[in-house]
Amino acid sequence: MSTFPAIRFNVNGEDREVRVAPMKRLLDVLREDLGLTGSKEGCGEGECGSCSVRMNGELVNSCLVPVLQAEGASVQTVEGLAAAGKMHPLQEAFLQCGGAQCGICTPGMLMAATQLLSVNAHPTMTEIREGLAGNLCRCTGFTRIFESVIAATAKNREERIEEPAHAR
Amino acid sequence: MRGNPDAHELIAPGNLDSVLELLAKEPSEWTPIAGGTEIMVAHAAGRLGAKKLVSLWGIDELRFIKEKEASITIGAGATFRDLRAHPGIGVKLPLLAMAASWIGCIANQSRATLGGNLVNGSPAADSSPALLVYDAEIELASVRGRRRIPYSAFHTGYKRNAMLPDELLFAVHLPLRFAEQRHYLRKVGTRRAMAISKVALAATAWLEDGLIREVRLGAASLAPFPMRLVETEVALLGRALNAESIQLACAALQKEAKPIDDIRSTGAYRKRVAINLLTEFLTALATEGQGR
Repeated sequence: MSTFPAIRFNVNGEDREVRVAPMKRLLDVLREDLGLTGSKEGCGEGECGSCSVRMNGELVNSCLVPVLQAEGASVQTVEGLAAAGKMHPLQEAFLQCGGAQCGICTPGMLMAATQLLSVNAHPTMTEIREGLAGNLCRCTGFTRIFESVIAATAKNREERIEEPAHAR
Repeated sequence: MRGNPDAHELIAPGNLDSVLELLAKEPSEWTPIAGGTEIMVAHAAGRLGAKKLVSLWGIDELRFIKEKEASITIGAGATFRDLRAHPGIGVKLPLLAMAASWIGCIANQSRATLGGNLVNGSPAADSSPALLVYDAEIELASVRGRRRIPYSAFHTGYKRNAMLPDELLFAVHLPLRFAEQRHYLRKVGTRRAMAISKVALAATAWLEDGLIREVRLGAASLAPFPMRLVETEVALLGRALNAESIQLACAALQKEAKPIDDIRSTGAYRKRVAINLLTEFLTALATEGQGR
């Protein structure tokens, strides 16, 4: 089984190499081969957004990416949000505003919100709703999640959220 | 995950010529995969029949948008995010920009490609009604060369199309002569994001001296594949727009639409909604008066 050629890509700033079937889903490679279990599997068909990660600065459902298509890419997962032991402003805001309950959707919500703020530092409520429209939550009723993003953008006004270099 | 990754071969030659050579050498053996938003769903469910897949992701020759004076050409590998971000498409092909904005969600739009949407051939495909009313042309590529066909002749049956086994969808050409016509597009689905349409209707029209000189109607989910509503168009051409002609058009649509019952809706509901959408478009057109 280890006869597969190497597939190399960067995850959260670190160069990684896996030898797995090229049709293995990026989600499964992250969780099983790289031990990054932050990204969750909800539906497995691109409907729920629990597996959202950023690939080359774009939001993708990692359950729909065959790992070969991540070759050479920069991937950012929820594990890559906190830096130097300090939570990302979005994570802090989710914590403060009750944006997370059971936690299954949270990593995907955080990545979708990170993507949104990377292209639009001060989104309107409509833009937040669109940015997170592909992410389902069965606990919060969404309101607290949207409030968390708004709280983070307020923070953003004070101390501009700097993206880690590898996520750009 | 019910699929078995080991049961499928996936290669990424990285350039167009190598993909075309592969398709020529072993026609029907290889299934192209672009953003994977359809194929990977089937894979996860364990119902992906294709054993050999060739990746189109990352092939720059397929991912482009070229704007000229009279046309915009979109590479088959352009994503719906690419379409939404392109200023020319937003201004000159607004229906296509709208359709791109309501496909799935941001994560799907980052990966799903225009070519993939068309080759997948869903009767409910979001980009199709707009392409139909803009008279899109499809450019197919193979080692034998290139050829163009009208998009209205691309789909030939449920999930069937006019491509030969060694051909790849290369690009979509859109003439810009509709920029000043009246535009309409509405999708009816269960919710705003992610929903696959129950019905969608697109239209372009040109009124002169109160008469309908040109009208194009493109529909999703009213037939086994996205199609122009030619008989309904004919019922309108050359007529003044009034209550009587609107009624005639609705009667024609009543006959022409052949929607089915499925998991998302019923045929009767789809037909009723399609007639409502047509009425909404024509009524607005009548009120807005003349103009291209």
